[in-house]
Amino acid sequence: MTGFEGATLAIDLLNITLLTILFVVAIAIARLRSLFAIVMLSGIYSLVSATWFVALDAVDVAFTEAAVGAGISTALFLGAMVLTSRTAKAEKGATRFIPLLVVIATGAVLIYATIDLPGFGDATSPANTGVGVDFLQRTYPEIAIPNIVTAVLASYRGFDTLGEVGVVFAAGLAVTLLLGFGERSLGATVRQDDRISPPKKDEEES
Amino acid sequence: MKGDHHIILRVVAKALIPIIALYGFYVQFHGEYSPGGGFQAGVILAVSVILYSLIFGIAPAMRAITPGFARFIAALGFLTYLGVGIWALAMGGNFLDYDALFREEPGGHLGQHVGIIVIELGVLFAVAGSMVTIFFAFAGRVSEIRDEDW
Repeated sequence: MTGFEGATLAIDLLNITLLTILFVVAIAIARLRSLFAIVMLSGIYSLVSATWFVALDAVDVAFTEAAVGAGISTALFLGAMVLTSRTAKAEKGATRFIPLLVVIATGAVLIYATIDLPGFGDATSPANTGVGVDFLQRTYPEIAIPNIVTAVLASYRGFDTLGEVGVVFAAGLAVTLLLGFGERSLGATVRQDDRISPPKKDEEES
Repeated sequence: MKGDHHIILRVVAKALIPIIALYGFYVQFHGEYSPGGGFQAGVILAVSVILYSLIFGIAPAMRAITPGFARFIAALGFLTYLGVGIWALAMGGNFLDYDALFREEPGGHLGQHVGIIVIELGVLFAVAGSMVTIFFAFAGRVSEIRDEDW
């Protein structure tokens, strides 16, 4: 969305607003001790960063961030939080400042690294002149589906995606091996309930 | 505790959960034209199950989607993806080379289309099954989440 009068200014304002919200949420997460509030704020952080990815024209990344970061991670964090205590212990003494130093050092290195990067949307950048243009040109004749991201992920890089699916499957397997199948405690009660009385849904509250 | 003080939450969720699941299928089958695909669709489908179990309790959710079924779906999805690769091998192509699936002439796209649709289904099954399995593993360790726990 460029080429309109004031479009650049509007996009800049949007970026600054979204990044400010991200900054404020990150500071709040770092300062809070209530795990429930932290989980909710991290969901908000994911949602705001998904919005920011849309502003950067990275729609697929934004979609994944909204579904995975704001959706499923929040639910999984809630499930993990129920198993532990509700508040984090406050850091004591000098260890409070070590994370701050690490963050500042990492941030400085990242900012130093961005000096070499091409400008946003630069038509002469390597990504837009080399392999990117190649994929844009050859996807429709070779695969004949309109969404190039899907074509690259599923066909050109199918082996890579197979590995990603394997990672997700292995994660599920590892969690069940470590934590049990989750039916050990509940499955027993479910079966017991069924045997004693047919399930009465609404009465079972409290 | 008396009465059901989550009634608004339950009524709203009951209306939303089918829409969320339907949107997951839309993302899956429209991935050819719009952003999204198996990963996102699988996560959205899993979220609809997880939302159900957060609101109506984990036991009814486990009755509807049994943990064994979730595990089975996860493994089936991964094997489906792997199966397409081996199918291509068996037809004389490279691993996951969809052009070889039907031994088409150059310029035919049936193999690419079938291959992409089948592996995206595999991704959908694997991701949705794994996510629901992980959630059940965490949430199944506490018998009941009471309001005071929050």
